[in-house]
Amino acid sequence: MAEQQKGRVNDFVLKIANVNGTGSASANSLLMKTIFRMGIPVSGKNFFPSNIQGLPTWYEIRVSKDGYLARSGAVDIMVAMNAQTYTRDLQEVAPGGVLIYDSTWPRDRLLARRDIEIVGIPLARLCNEHFSNARTRVLMKNMAYVGALAALLDLDRAVIGELVQETFARKPALIESNVQAIDLGFEFARANFTCPLSQRVKAINKTAGHIMIDGNTAAALGCVYAGATVGAWYPITPSTSLMDAFKSFCERYRKDPQTGDKLFCIVQAEDELAAIGIVLGATWNGARAFTPTSGPGISLMGEFLGFAYFTELPAVVFDVQRVGPSTGMPTRTQQADILAAAFASHGDTKHVLLFPRDPRECFEFSVLAFDLADRLQTPIIVMSDLDIGMNDWMCPELTWDATYRPDRGKVLSAEQLDAAKSFHRYLDVDGDGIPNRTLPGVHPRGAYFLRGSGHNELGAYTEDSIEYQTVVDRLAKKWRTAATLVPEPEIRRTSKGAKWGIVAVGSCDAAIDEALDRLAEKGIYADYCRIRAFPFGKKVTRFLEQHDRIFVVEQNRDAQLKTLLLVETQYPVTRLTSVLHYGGLPMDCRCIVEALEQAAAPGVAA
Amino acid sequence: MTSIAKPKIVHHGLKRNALGLTVRDYEGGMSTLCAGCGHDSITAAIVQAFFELDIPPHGVAKMSGIGCSSKTPAYFLSASHGFNSVHGRMPSIATGANAANRELFLLGVSGDGDSLSIGLGQFMHALRRNLDMLYIIENNGVYGLTKGQFSASADLGSKAKRGEVNKQPPIDPAQIALALGGTFVARSFSGDKDQLVPLIKAGVRHRGFALIDVLSPCVTFNDHEDSTKSYAHAREFNHRAIHADFVPQASPIKAAYDAGEVFPVELHDGSRVLLRKLAHDYNATNRGAAIEYLRARQRAGELVTGLLYIDESEPDLHGVNGTTTTPLNRVPFEALCPGPEALAALQKRFR
Repeated sequence: MAEQQKGRVNDFVLKIANVNGTGSASANSLLMKTIFRMGIPVSGKNFFPSNIQGLPTWYEIRVSKDGYLARSGAVDIMVAMNAQTYTRDLQEVAPGGVLIYDSTWPRDRLLARRDIEIVGIPLARLCNEHFSNARTRVLMKNMAYVGALAALLDLDRAVIGELVQETFARKPALIESNVQAIDLGFEFARANFTCPLSQRVKAINKTAGHIMIDGNTAAALGCVYAGATVGAWYPITPSTSLMDAFKSFCERYRKDPQTGDKLFCIVQAEDELAAIGIVLGATWNGARAFTPTSGPGISLMGEFLGFAYFTELPAVVFDVQRVGPSTGMPTRTQQADILAAAFASHGDTKHVLLFPRDPRECFEFSVLAFDLADRLQTPIIVMSDLDIGMNDWMCPELTWDATYRPDRGKVLSAEQLDAAKSFHRYLDVDGDGIPNRTLPGVHPRGAYFLRGSGHNELGAYTEDSIEYQTVVDRLAKKWRTAATLVPEPEIRRTSKGAKWGIVAVGSCDAAIDEALDRLAEKGIYADYCRIRAFPFGKKVTRFLEQHDRIFVVEQNRDAQLKTLLLVETQYPVTRLTSVLHYGGLPMDCRCIVEALEQAAAPGVAA
Repeated sequence: MTSIAKPKIVHHGLKRNALGLTVRDYEGGMSTLCAGCGHDSITAAIVQAFFELDIPPHGVAKMSGIGCSSKTPAYFLSASHGFNSVHGRMPSIATGANAANRELFLLGVSGDGDSLSIGLGQFMHALRRNLDMLYIIENNGVYGLTKGQFSASADLGSKAKRGEVNKQPPIDPAQIALALGGTFVARSFSGDKDQLVPLIKAGVRHRGFALIDVLSPCVTFNDHEDSTKSYAHAREFNHRAIHADFVPQASPIKAAYDAGEVFPVELHDGSRVLLRKLAHDYNATNRGAAIEYLRARQRAGELVTGLLYIDESEPDLHGVNGTTTTPLNRVPFEALCPGPEALAALQKRFR
């Protein structure tokens, strides 16, 4: 059985089971970054509870020389630090794998599996003997397993040392104890076990030009670079770290060096209703403004989102999706707000959605969202999710074009208003469905009355059917214009002229990337269309039409993306097959491979 | 928000203000409220106050929510920007507007349904932020547009037109404002223009959240004999505790008042409010005492009016935030974007 694991250099999954609140995050991040700096592609997924202290938490690191960033679905090495979850953690280890546990306390049940290697390291005893402070003893157990893994996996100790220095640069007093704890684990492992294991790492050069970053941080950076000045929010998992990051970037980049005056204003609102209201008040005045939220916040923002659609106010909303319905599972991931976001609010309302696949696209789409919101004078909802938003992803370095200038859309200046004969807020002067707008206080001729009640194209109140329809029909025209401005899908074609196509959005991408390779090995070929925005645009329709059968991969129970495809295209429902993954953990490629394999099996009608 | 355009007739010799504008330039469309509605008197007071303060109309934003009161911005300052928000959410829009453009003057008009029921949370949080705006509640104790339901400000024992008796205690916005640290708390009656106009002027010039709760009778649904928000009841039980006169910047204080009787308060732009006690035991700078006074008179069935409390020393939203004095919507992009070098340097931390 150990044969299966032989030669697993730079290709395995390491999972650490821990207790929430025991300080394992920095140890886990240290492990991941060490591997990354050794040039080996890596991804880290944090499975954490909605809790501050005491409940189980896991961190899963996939090391992949081939650069696969999705979960693999298997665990090769388990570091079992949590007695509560011991039994299931043990069961999860793949045959031939390794279980590392704290052998301070003997655990007979561990012997129940003979198909894996058991590595006992007395982490608590080592730390208790070495450290006197109770909290330090707990924290340093984590660093001790990092040390043990350094020996077992052959991690570069110089890199670890460098990372410890950087991590605790602001608290140098902690460096010594951390280094000691790492040494304790390292020495014990080396003295008592054959090191390294067959699952181990070896430095290569596949991470140059890349960074490890989470989507919320990247999106926040996008807000800073796009020139957003007003941020309003109500704290909600998993979007909170987006505003935290925006705040810390603004403290760094947006303070007047002389006076300390802030070139930003962040308002922590009383709820999400107020948060979106603050955004709209700001964009009405021409500032770039945004709010990060999650599903429950989208529900609460419904009324104002419809108001913004109808009154034509820009807004940028980040929906970092979590598991619903209702409160659901706040610390698990899903793509289950697609329909709620697309049609948020009553009446004939629809919203432009952007679907980033990873943190890099969170950065790019964040900037783009502000341009589109200004250009289209409507809310743009960036559909991130917990997996993208809160996990560190390896992606190419972010770049910035120094010549970029914001597209502020059709905002009339004082000079333009001075020269104009008249201004009417909702008149389609250019034939693209997008009217001119003005900002308060700029010019007497620019004043108009903004209202969510029925209005005509001149901006006046109306209850007249024809006048009302003129406005909503023009909004439909604007929607068609939007379809030409949003990012096109990313299409990947096999060289084999595939008759099947896969359609997906966002964070499914990493799993599909791997699934396509696995399927090709079995002689099954499919083209892939990654939709990046709603409305979909012509290229999506064409992709559908070019394929006999479409597999729609998404992370929700009700096939929401498929529903949208049926609403917006004429593609026959009978040729659409859903591949659904909605348990709340980031998806791996298995469900996709299985679905296409099954469809390709002899006797199954295609 | 129905309104009828009003022909603009400027009589020869009509008085002009410092901007060369006449009072007509501060009017709006024809009101479509019921004849005799208190709200129309408040509209007239707003027109007069803004005209006399020489405020350029296009630098004002009229903010409202939903309800009869929220319709009134269509009836004044037609050259100003208007924002008719969703029900009860005007304070959040105003917050964003102020965050983005601190030089825009915000005039909020709301009602007792809009501010004390559906929008009570937003009203209180705007107060708590000391948002720089004038916020007028046109308070009539009743829902007009939906035809006569009690609002949250209806007094205990007050009878609806159809005979139902209100059994829940009223929410008093002035007491809420005092309790939440409001920095300008006033109350008036739509039928008392002499009191209301100087209050509006002082509220405009106050830095921070200026609340004026104005009893404004609903002639259609709440002006009957057993109503405590009728014209007759208001006239009988209006307890004018303290009068505020407004003195514009650089105007000398007329020596009409004896020192000791009059207490001047300087506003942030240099204009002044002269507080004159009508009730000898009233103190408009003592928050706790003001709350006690209001409660005691409320128990006696009276409505205390005047500039109930003023504090010019508290910072507003931007003061707390430490925002730059240039309105954020005018800060050039070059000052906001850190550029490619900063991005490259920052990313070292992500390796």
